[in-house]
Amino acid sequence: MAAETYFNVAVSGLLTGLVYGLMAVGLSVIFGVVRVVNFAHGEMMTIAMYLAIVLFSALGLDPLVMVVPLAGVLFVLGYAMQAGIINPFITRPEHSQFILLVAVAIIITNVLLIVFGPDARNVQTPYSFDSFLVGPLIIDATKVYAGAATLVITAALFGFFRFAPLGKAIRACADNYTGALVVGLDVKRLYALTFGLGAACVGAAGAMLVLLVDVTPALGPALTLLAFIIVITGGLGSMPGALLGGVLIGLTEAMAGLFFTPSAKSMFSFGLLVLVLLFRPQGILGKRLS
Amino acid sequence: MIRLFAGVPRRGVVLLAALLVVLVAAPWLANDYLLTVLIIILYSAYTGQAWNVMMGFAGQLSLGHAIYVGLGGYAAAALYVHFGVGPWIGLAAAIAIAMACGAVIGFLAFRFGVGGVYFAILTIAFAEFARIGFDHFGWVGGSSGFFLPVANYTRNDLWNLRGNPTMFYYVMLALTVAAFALCHVLLRSRVGYYWQAIREDEVAARSLGINTFRYKMYAVVISAGMTAVAGVFFAFYYNNLFPEQVFHISRSIELILGPIIGGIGTLFGPLIGAFLLTGLSESMQEILTALGLDAPGAKQVFYGLCLLVVVMALPDGVWPWLAGKLGVTVRRS
Repeated sequence: MAAETYFNVAVSGLLTGLVYGLMAVGLSVIFGVVRVVNFAHGEMMTIAMYLAIVLFSALGLDPLVMVVPLAGVLFVLGYAMQAGIINPFITRPEHSQFILLVAVAIIITNVLLIVFGPDARNVQTPYSFDSFLVGPLIIDATKVYAGAATLVITAALFGFFRFAPLGKAIRACADNYTGALVVGLDVKRLYALTFGLGAACVGAAGAMLVLLVDVTPALGPALTLLAFIIVITGGLGSMPGALLGGVLIGLTEAMAGLFFTPSAKSMFSFGLLVLVLLFRPQGILGKRLS
Repeated sequence: MIRLFAGVPRRGVVLLAALLVVLVAAPWLANDYLLTVLIIILYSAYTGQAWNVMMGFAGQLSLGHAIYVGLGGYAAAALYVHFGVGPWIGLAAAIAIAMACGAVIGFLAFRFGVGGVYFAILTIAFAEFARIGFDHFGWVGGSSGFFLPVANYTRNDLWNLRGNPTMFYYVMLALTVAAFALCHVLLRSRVGYYWQAIREDEVAARSLGINTFRYKMYAVVISAGMTAVAGVFFAFYYNNLFPEQVFHISRSIELILGPIIGGIGTLFGPLIGAFLLTGLSESMQEILTALGLDAPGAKQVFYGLCLLVVVMALPDGVWPWLAGKLGVTVRRS
């Protein structure tokens, strides 16, 4: 194979990895603050993906235009989930939270199955087959748009946590739960906001991923696992880590698909995860170990 | 026997004896369908009990127990199909392989201080690794499945585990009772108390001089070995193994729902949870069909809703609540 093939596959994997990274940023934000592992993460992503498909096929709305509105819809869903059912569970043991979110995941997957059926669906936009020629490289235009949007969204989120008063308040809850209560922060509302923000990342990522892969109701658990692998590789609770993890996993899977067989590609992600857990359990950019 | 029931109220012993009598008599009372359901219940009670050793007793959350079921099943089935080795000898190999795998996972995790959520996800990673690995493992059929020869048997052949559902039912009942007794003994042994100390506060346990690494390893290895036995049963009962089925994460989740719903760390939890969940899932099908709502997925939606309600209403599980109602709470001496 020509050297260009490798570079093409690498760039494609890298850009897809960015979108996966955005999904993982959502998981990381939720875990970093609320300390709950969202086992329904991928399932929430499939909700966003199906919404994007419905909006496209019924109203002709381009999924890339719907990134922000869908993030808003998922924000509301995430806020409601945290305020309604997860807040009473924040002091409960991990396995109890696990069952709660697994129950939510089962419900989401199967409601989608009832409504949309088991068939794979996708979106074909007018620019589906467009590509940019950069020197010898051929880069898929959709992936470039999605990757760029991911970077903008992550930068905005990063800025929010860094500079906005609300973002600082959320970080205060993450650093010291009791301290945040003492200085009079409404921790439960901030938790709900955080879960909403995490879900919004999923909404945005879902709107873009629908352009890159086919969606079925059964995709949810696979995406949840993928998000776990990414955040743990990058560092649970670290936003740049999640993005870096996404890119690494995207690259690994693309390369494994090229060198070995595509069906074995996720084995390499799991292999990478095992290596990271063994030699740097806090993840590549993670700071502390729980 | 007296030591075995120390601290259990008489009412508890009577109820336990009555339950055992009903379970032993079940093949005469139940029809074929009900017997199949009972086999599934006992199977999930057994695997739940095995998982409970690791999570309920020692506090190590494994979300990848399907790997031990799969390894056990594949080991015994491969020996039977390729070398004609009977399931009881295959069982020993299955247990040994699963224990070795558990030891590797435990060693890697506990040596490097991987705990909590990270440990749970490491177990998922190994199970998924095995699933994809077996998908490409041609010697045992790969992704197109591995089949045991099926023929019409005129009589039950316990030595080769070939026979009618009644025989499988009694094998599974014996396994469940044995697992129950083993866990009962383990819980009251030195190891059991060390496990509970680690579960409650690992740092405190270590500062009291407990070798937490060693005892966590014991928990993983024992749990893995017990789970592998279920895998052998699975292989010989269903006569087919698909990596997508046996190693899949949803198998691991199904396996642990029973003990969590029933009551984690309790002896009866896995049994109660298995009865409730399997009963719920089977009756749900009947009810939905009767109501004309049998769309694919409808059953799982209601299943998920019930799960949600139980976990919100009874955080410690059903058994601690039920035991209080029945007046069979064990006195702690």
